[in-house]
Amino acid sequence: MAVVGLINMENMAGEKEKLGFEATELRLGLPGNGGTIEVEGGRKRGFSETVDLKLNLSSKESSDSDPNEKLNSLQKKDKNLLSSATDPAKPPAKAQVVGWPPVRSYRKNMLAVQKSRQEESEMGSGNNSTTSSAAFVKVSMDGAPYLRKVDLKMYNTYQELYDALGKMFGNCGSQGMKDFMNESKLMDLLNGSDYVPTYEDKDGDWMLVGDVPWRMFVESCKRLRIMKGTEAIGLAPRAMEKCKNRS
Amino acid sequence: MRQDLVLEQMSEDDDRSQPSDLRSSSSSINKTRNCSGSISASGSSTSASSSSSASSIPLSIPVTEYQSPYPDQVLENVLENVLCFLTSRHDRNAASLVCKSWWRAEALTRSELFIGNCYAVSPVRAMGRFSRVRAVVLKGKPRFADFNLMPPDWGAHFTPWVSSMTRAYPWLEKVCLKRMSVSDNDLALLAKSFLGFKELMLVCCDGFGTSGLSFIASKCRQLRVLDLIESEVSDDEVDWISSFPEGESCLESLIFDCVECAINFEALEKLVARSPSLKKLRLNRYVSIVQLYRLMIRAPQLTHLGTGSFSPSEVMAQGDSEPDYVFAFATCKSLVCLSGFREITPDYLPAIYPVCANLTSLNFSYANITAEQLKPCHKKLPQTSNLLGLQAVAATCKELRELRVFPVEAQEDIEGPVSEVGLQAISEGCRKLQSILYFCQRMTNAAVIAMSENCPDLEVFRLCIMGRHRPDHVTGEPMDEGFGAIVRNCKKLTRLAVSGLLTDRAFSYIGKYGKLVRTLSVAFAGDSDMGLKYVLQGCPRLQKLEIRDSPFGDAALHSGLHHYYNMRFLWMSSCRLTPQGCQQIARAMPNLVVELIRYGSLENQEKLDDVETLYMYRSLEGPRDDVPEFVTILRADG
Repeated sequence: MAVVGLINMENMAGEKEKLGFEATELRLGLPGNGGTIEVEGGRKRGFSETVDLKLNLSSKESSDSDPNEKLNSLQKKDKNLLSSATDPAKPPAKAQVVGWPPVRSYRKNMLAVQKSRQEESEMGSGNNSTTSSAAFVKVSMDGAPYLRKVDLKMYNTYQELYDALGKMFGNCGSQGMKDFMNESKLMDLLNGSDYVPTYEDKDGDWMLVGDVPWRMFVESCKRLRIMKGTEAIGLAPRAMEKCKNRS
Repeated sequence: MRQDLVLEQMSEDDDRSQPSDLRSSSSSINKTRNCSGSISASGSSTSASSSSSASSIPLSIPVTEYQSPYPDQVLENVLENVLCFLTSRHDRNAASLVCKSWWRAEALTRSELFIGNCYAVSPVRAMGRFSRVRAVVLKGKPRFADFNLMPPDWGAHFTPWVSSMTRAYPWLEKVCLKRMSVSDNDLALLAKSFLGFKELMLVCCDGFGTSGLSFIASKCRQLRVLDLIESEVSDDEVDWISSFPEGESCLESLIFDCVECAINFEALEKLVARSPSLKKLRLNRYVSIVQLYRLMIRAPQLTHLGTGSFSPSEVMAQGDSEPDYVFAFATCKSLVCLSGFREITPDYLPAIYPVCANLTSLNFSYANITAEQLKPCHKKLPQTSNLLGLQAVAATCKELRELRVFPVEAQEDIEGPVSEVGLQAISEGCRKLQSILYFCQRMTNAAVIAMSENCPDLEVFRLCIMGRHRPDHVTGEPMDEGFGAIVRNCKKLTRLAVSGLLTDRAFSYIGKYGKLVRTLSVAFAGDSDMGLKYVLQGCPRLQKLEIRDSPFGDAALHSGLHHYYNMRFLWMSSCRLTPQGCQQIARAMPNLVVELIRYGSLENQEKLDDVETLYMYRSLEGPRDDVPEFVTILRADG
């Protein structure tokens, strides 16, 4: 039986040895982003973008003794050789070099995205600490031919979001969106043919935008849909209730 | 290969005179001419008119409408029928050199056209010679382009090829592209032009998006294979999965693990359900494990599976019962190849245990799991707890033929695990190893020598010591002896990548012992021109040589003049070449295209004496006409 194996080596180390090996935690990223990853679909490799692979190093210090070396029988003859500082053959500059090591950027990015996702999940959901990753959601508008994407982290309030959406989709009821927060206008709006922003949350429910505090909205919004007002009637009761609770 | 060169010379020279054995007897000339007339019934009479034998036909031979078949014509027909069985292009190249009629017969019976460098020959020329091709394999950019050593938009465009193919090969069935730039328009043209189109493979390609895929899916009614491997696919927000037509599909392979955008899962599920021949399915990371379950249940006949994310999506209601993943894997009794695990939640790993015994290929290279979690996948694992992952593999995968070990953090200067232990273990445990790609921070000669002695079947040895110029970290010596042992002991070695601290001595070993080496990758190595000279003068089979950041200069470049027509390409970046030295090569070898590639802008010409990147390759066409502004092609008369 011919076996082909492909293994991610660094992570093959056992748990105990992990501290010793993965001494520095790295996030791979393109320069100018401070080590963050923005993985939009189909981001092209930019030749000029990847000159500097300098990465964020965490504060974990590298241990001098490699625990694994104690396990194997090979004897290190000269410990000084391990220290790159005394290595005579090594060039003094530690500048990162383009295209070295020769790992395809595609693979680097994949692993980096994984790592950052892992870290996000480790930090726990609902944690409002600012992770630097973007929060892209798709925005569709009834009747518009193209989908757009917005990064919710770019905005701090609903108002900013409405303004941006208004610019994106032209003047189609952006005024209506602004009136949205006002209960008395709400019913007018929903009865009219103006557009109403709705979103799909983590549970898969469609909600009217504006129900929850902004931060919570950013965390739970999966995608946005700008519906015709008449279609959004069904979502109204909840919104009405919330408006009443608020006032 | 010398044969490849002669092949190309032949196609260049249509007026080549008859081989002398045919010319000697007049009767055989007549037969040849008549035979050529009868064979070219399909209309491609390339040789008849231009054959020099036409001028030497005795006038006394009457020309009648019907001519009874000459014995040699029968022979040619037989030849065609026999040549159909030759599949290897190397064999075919050899056959085509026998004589003109064999050349013709071979050209008419070649059904797969392999072009190793898309700029070596023009579409028109290639299609002019081979008129009955059903499958085209095209390779474009050199491999170092993968590592951002080449600016984008360098070239390797599919467009001129696909437009020529629409005219030349209406019955085209298969296209396989590697490192080419493919546009959505190209894919649209391909989809609409070839009614019998069956297989599309795009490996390391870019320039297209989901809208291009949508054309392929919707228009290629006979599509069996759609494989996207390590390609960049832009998200045009087109639901390409839904573009597959309704009704039963003949899909056998659907590989899209590199596609970085979400897909319409419901449409995919229906597609899988109506594809009874589907054997290979590799999902992207947007497919959750729950969705994977549903697909596996519908496709128990799968042999190759890429599992997608292998973790739950975020939307899962409370109290939902989890599907029985073990059951799903157990029903896929034919699985031999497993990959994916892109965002693996280790809790789910046990699901794959039912299939482990039958696997010939297991790819965890994108997975963040530990050796502990991987243990039960290997049946006979020694029970020591501090076992390194590689030692585990070595202990259990006795039949391993190919191994690739990637770094999670691809950066030098990290003091990682002691990697020679792993290499040593592999060499002792996996004696049948044929191919290894191994990234590490540092290495010892002893471990490499051990591998050379324990794994004599090695054909591919690629060791990447990520720390540049790193010597043997135990002895402090250069890594010369290790690589020397590899070339000396591994007699079947055809591909070699070297790294670490290397002197010219290492290259003298390669030149002396690496007689079968076809591909050589060198980075940050060598002391002087002698290093490169050893290789160019010592390795007769060398076809692809890629060198970066090594101190080789014009004199070394000059020492390979006798060999460059035998090579597919030479890449040298950040070495010690000068434009004058490269110009000399261009002058001496008119059939080489000598490209100088600049990184910076034209104004930034501080170092006029330095060549940043030299990329040169043999070509029948001379300088290409799609040169971007950052490339200069040195002319022979320059």
